[in-house]
Amino acid sequence: MPAFYNMNCQEKNKELEGELYEMKKTVMMLMVLALTVVLAACGQNNNSGGASPSPESSAPASESPAAELSGSLLATGSSALLPLVEQASKKFMDIHKGVSIQVQAGGSGTGLTQVSEGQSDIGNSDVFAEEKLDAAKAAELVDHQVAVVGMAAVVNPNVSVDSLTKQQLVDIFTGKVTNWKDLGGEDQKIQIINRPSSSGTRATFETYALGQKSEDLQGSIQEDSSGTVRKLVGETPGAIGYLALSYLDESIKVLKYDGVEATVENVANGTYPVWAYEHMYTKGEPSELAKAFLDFMLTDEIQNNDVVELGYIPANKMEIKRDVNGTITK
Amino acid sequence: MAQPLERQQAKPHLAEEWVGKVYTLLCIAFLILTIFSLVYFVASKGLSTFFVNGVNVIDLLTGLKWAPEGEPRLFGALPFIFGSFSTSLLAAAIAAPLGFCASVFMVEIAPKFGRQYLQPVIELLAGIPSVVYGFVGLSVIVPFFRDVFPGQGVGIAAGAVVLSIMILPTITTIATDALAALPKGLKEGSYALGATRWQTIYRIVLPTTLPALMTGIVLGIARAFGEALAVQMVIGNAPHIPRSLFESASTLTSAITLSMGNTAMGTVANNALWSLALILMLMTFVFVFIVRWLERRSKI
Repeated sequence: MPAFYNMNCQEKNKELEGELYEMKKTVMMLMVLALTVVLAACGQNNNSGGASPSPESSAPASESPAAELSGSLLATGSSALLPLVEQASKKFMDIHKGVSIQVQAGGSGTGLTQVSEGQSDIGNSDVFAEEKLDAAKAAELVDHQVAVVGMAAVVNPNVSVDSLTKQQLVDIFTGKVTNWKDLGGEDQKIQIINRPSSSGTRATFETYALGQKSEDLQGSIQEDSSGTVRKLVGETPGAIGYLALSYLDESIKVLKYDGVEATVENVANGTYPVWAYEHMYTKGEPSELAKAFLDFMLTDEIQNNDVVELGYIPANKMEIKRDVNGTITK
Repeated sequence: MAQPLERQQAKPHLAEEWVGKVYTLLCIAFLILTIFSLVYFVASKGLSTFFVNGVNVIDLLTGLKWAPEGEPRLFGALPFIFGSFSTSLLAAAIAAPLGFCASVFMVEIAPKFGRQYLQPVIELLAGIPSVVYGFVGLSVIVPFFRDVFPGQGVGIAAGAVVLSIMILPTITTIATDALAALPKGLKEGSYALGATRWQTIYRIVLPTTLPALMTGIVLGIARAFGEALAVQMVIGNAPHIPRSLFESASTLTSAITLSMGNTAMGTVANNALWSLALILMLMTFVFVFIVRWLERRSKI
């Protein structure tokens, strides 16, 4: 602004008007912005609540029609379990309008820590709590097993081997065998695509497929996300890795374990041993809202639709049970 | 009547001054408090690996095997330190000549075209999120390296290439500012003595702006040292010192991002990751110290 005291009366008036106009414009813009944000927030609530106006009577039979639940839940943890819990929570919120459920990823370790410290209501985990937390903290948590996830060894489609025994897998992952020709394939170097040593998926694979811990070998590749593992196995010649059954597609080749194919039936009847429970832990007995949600996760509607659709195995389909020490009971 | 008028005008301005001072003081106090609590938190968690869990400092800094959840527990972070330094230094070695040449073109050879078109393009490079760089690296650079060079495609070379593109804007911007700030008399004197344009650039401009250029390079190295996501996607993440540029390696940042979601707070594995974070933070202090020392030297 030029020197105010150098202008005459008319110019001064024009300058002040200009300033006022600028200020009015700024205030107007801020108000419009605030209004937009408020409308967007309200609009979202309406969409998620009003899109499927299913009346109380159409809820599954196990729900009492008069149950008016309200409140909020926070579930954090495993990214493998995230799609299932998110889908189930959306269905739950459609039925109970007063409930708000937030689901976040962050890893099984984070989920267990947060539920143990009381920062979240439900902790999603791919492993038993005793494997990540110390015994005292793990004893406070109550386990709810909502699904089962199977795992299979996968290779690049150019690898000609179809099935591997337990000993052959152990030899590959401990570095004793480094070329596919030693296993009946072509002369191709084996490229291991592993998960990080703290991953729950790797812990399951090591315990049930290998029977021992495997080292991080020189020259192996580690990736944290199953999606990246699938991409790398599909592209790298001679690659071998392991994925949950929900991640299998045409870009990679699934191997049989000891001659047994990795299917839902084989996991359920116990002939295919490489699988793990998906846990949802609460600290102590769950609150009324958490219990309602956890029961909802175990109803047929979720178990037979969402669980199967997303590639997991329904918990109630399993013909055998397994505890944290690996003992199998029918 | 002049004096009472002045005193009347002084009062509202006194209040203004006081309010301004208090407000800015509060802001700076908040800033300092935040920084100190952050440093304290990282330091307390990082040092608890040594004091609470009993890990030896020398073992952490020089050990070659990293297995915090294995049996026996091993905490050797040397592969990560080696990986971080080698990718950052290699990235700076690639980006520094490119950045300097780009800034010479923008300032000396085509100043108008440079300011109008090249400067926004370089700034665009700086604005792209790092996960995009990592994704492009994984989809384009890694397969290319796998086909052309013997090896796995991932590794220090791929990490250095991705990082060099990321730090190029930093180096170019600082070099451009340094070149533009040169006194005109320097170049005019050189031309008056009969030097050609390239002789001037090579013998006069480059040595004079070398301290500022070094500042830019060190800032670029600091940025590359702290980059996590883009590096993790292309470096392979095996916790070993690689035997070639195209073998899976690991850096301090990629080790932390790989495992942090899978460990529980308070366990020794988690504390070990905090120790890696402490090493990163101390290296940042060292870089800042180096930059300030270089700036002091560059006051001509």
